[in-house]
Amino acid sequence: MSEEPSEREPSFEERLKSARSRQGLDAPPPPPGNSGGIGGMSPWGVGLRVGIEMVSALVVAVAIGYGLDWLFGTKPILMAVFVLLGGAAGVLNVWRIFAPKQTSDRGR
Amino acid sequence: MAAGGSIDALGQFKLETALGPIGASVNFTQANLMMVVAGLLTFGLLWVGMRPRAMVPGRLQSAAEMCYETVQTMCIETIGPEGRAFFPFVFTLFFFILFGNLLGVFPYFFTFTSHIAVTLALTVFVVGLVTVVAIRLHGWHFFSYFVPQGVPVVLLPLLVPIEILSYVSRLISLSVRLFANMMAGHVMLEVFGAFVVMLGGAGIIFLLPAGFSLAVNVALIGFEFLVAVLQAYVFAVLTCIYLHDAVHLH
Repeated sequence: MSEEPSEREPSFEERLKSARSRQGLDAPPPPPGNSGGIGGMSPWGVGLRVGIEMVSALVVAVAIGYGLDWLFGTKPILMAVFVLLGGAAGVLNVWRIFAPKQTSDRGR
Repeated sequence: MAAGGSIDALGQFKLETALGPIGASVNFTQANLMMVVAGLLTFGLLWVGMRPRAMVPGRLQSAAEMCYETVQTMCIETIGPEGRAFFPFVFTLFFFILFGNLLGVFPYFFTFTSHIAVTLALTVFVVGLVTVVAIRLHGWHFFSYFVPQGVPVVLLPLLVPIEILSYVSRLISLSVRLFANMMAGHVMLEVFGAFVVMLGGAGIIFLLPAGFSLAVNVALIGFEFLVAVLQAYVFAVLTCIYLHDAVHLH
């Protein structure tokens, strides 16, 4: 240690932190505001996720509608109703992914 | 496997019995074999890795500890303090899927997560557990999960079915995401692999596109490793998010 001690010597933690960030060992903190828990998705990943969420709600709705129609013998009516509900549920799923965090906390 | 000049991209997902006549008699397929191997590898990583119990861990012990701590952090940060109780479940799920995905990247190995029967069974288990946990913790109050707050009563007959559909659609979205990612990757590998063979055999002027296909395949293998880890992680994280919903009900 040839350099003379300054007024306020950086603590060991600080020196360790700066050394680690110099070597690229510490990942930068993830950017805030990405809800859904999966940070840093590529546009391709986002598109796939949204598509799956929307289609899956529709698939479930059509299956339920078809089953109820088969059960009650009201062939096309319930399925048509459930297709609309399924589309709405799909949009709700997508909203859940992209809803800003504060809104979801305040709304509940 | 380009048989007869056409690309058989889906033949790789065909189930066949493994382990000779013993496997054939009980219908033990290569998918089951891979599941056993994935389970044994997870067990082996932890068992052999934690053998030394060193204060300063070696490589394998380091890997085992890192796996443990990653999943534990994920559980506790996503679910909350109650997440400790679900750690064994999430850990098992994550490593079963992770090793299943990773084993599938190796040639001659089978990817059991590329079958929707497998992923749907896992998802049914997850959603079933989430529902049971929510009902055990909250009783009848659980059904208030489907009633959005601050909404006029007139709209409830419309909104409650939508909420229920949104809840049930987790079954499809979770299983299809894993299944589609794994299957799409392997189909791409197969198609470009078949291109290499067919173009390479077609004549000297096709060597350049054949080389290009080979380069694409090399890149795809790297991409497959990424997808394998990422999809296992996504499955585990979404399980944690659902468990969080079950524990806290909004």
